[in-house]
Amino acid sequence: MCLAVPARIVELEGDRAVVDAMGNRWKAKTTLLPDAKLGDVVLVHAGFAIALVDEEEARKTWELFAEIEDFEKTSNKVSG
Amino acid sequence: MLDRIAKAQHTIEEACETLGRQITIMEVCGTHTVSIFRSGIRSTLPERLKLLSGPGCPVCVTDQGYIDTVLELADRSDCIIATYGDMIRVPGSDGSLEARVSNGNVKVVLSSEDALQLARENPDKVVVFIAVGFETTTPASAVAVKEAAGEGVTNFCILSGHKLVLPAMRALLDGMNDRVDGFLCPGHVSTIIGWGAFAEIVNEYRRPCVVAGFEPVQIIEGLAEICRELVTGKPEVKSVYGAVVTEQGNTAAQKIVAECFEPVDGYWRGLGKIEKSTLALREQYSRFDAFRRFGLEDRPGKENRGCRCGEVLCGLIEPIECPLFGTRCTVDRPVGPCMVSSEGTCAAWFKYGRRT
Repeated sequence: MCLAVPARIVELEGDRAVVDAMGNRWKAKTTLLPDAKLGDVVLVHAGFAIALVDEEEARKTWELFAEIEDFEKTSNKVSG
Repeated sequence: MLDRIAKAQHTIEEACETLGRQITIMEVCGTHTVSIFRSGIRSTLPERLKLLSGPGCPVCVTDQGYIDTVLELADRSDCIIATYGDMIRVPGSDGSLEARVSNGNVKVVLSSEDALQLARENPDKVVVFIAVGFETTTPASAVAVKEAAGEGVTNFCILSGHKLVLPAMRALLDGMNDRVDGFLCPGHVSTIIGWGAFAEIVNEYRRPCVVAGFEPVQIIEGLAEICRELVTGKPEVKSVYGAVVTEQGNTAAQKIVAECFEPVDGYWRGLGKIEKSTLALREQYSRFDAFRRFGLEDRPGKENRGCRCGEVLCGLIEPIECPLFGTRCTVDRPVGPCMVSSEGTCAAWFKYGRRT
């Protein structure tokens, strides 16, 4: 539940943002990170940006998620 | 990358040899639990290094009494229950939220904002947001409450079961499980509270506290740092999570949480009642407090029969020691929350195996 996903702010109006991670886009708010700017990569948790992330850190996490997704698909097949 | 792993492994092996005893490290974060199992880190560690999963999965630590209160509210026809998906399958004394989905008043939301939106759209019902989670999740609940107050929304409230990680670590060291030599501290919780927050555990209990991210290399480096400090006998608070976690944390989030909530004594699965460990809404926001609104009490519950999740959460037993594990309790038919939650220790053991 404490899982947070790094995503890039691709739209920002006031504290309402649209964020993008690996092509998936969703709405998030920047209320808790008032200095966040368009183009920043932020950690998004439960609909809120909670921390700034550097590009390198974000890239590594995105790769990890892609790997987990692959693994989950495989394990589901095995368990039927 | 490989040389970083090799270096960390070397430090860990050396520490095990130098200390000549078992080293016990506890992680207090469900995401760490999953990452450790998924990556196979455990199989690369010396037998003498024991990794325990502590009370880090928010769904798992939520007491049965709270779950039963949620189910009670879900049975009311005047309420809509808005919950994060993780809570849906947790069995209470009488079924789960999942079994009540057909009532039509149980809605899964991804954010506290979605719950507030439900309230705006359903003025004839009271929307109760099931506000569970550690410090990472609490700020989102605080924002929704403040927004509801600002807009004058009257049919929205939250059932706060928000928990604080530090009192749980203290409770463990104060008696439940003082065998823990050091803590791998949660990365995302620390983005909010800051890595400096763990200094009190280091200073008072002389246990290394190292904040780590979720990649295998960060986790193994975190473990190595704890081992190094155990050898030198100088426990420290550190972060190996790079720039994501600062010493002070997210001060804007801390401010909004402090404005809305205050710490009160609260019940935890396995750990019992812990002083000032749970967040309740402050007096000025009491009209958004579901406990007050419905005259409910935060009360301790009774664990489901035979379930040993409480002991698993304290690191007192490994899931395999529970007689229900893999027999009556499986990922498909869970009995306890540690098997329900994707971040639960039992679920991780069940999915990824014992030493892999």
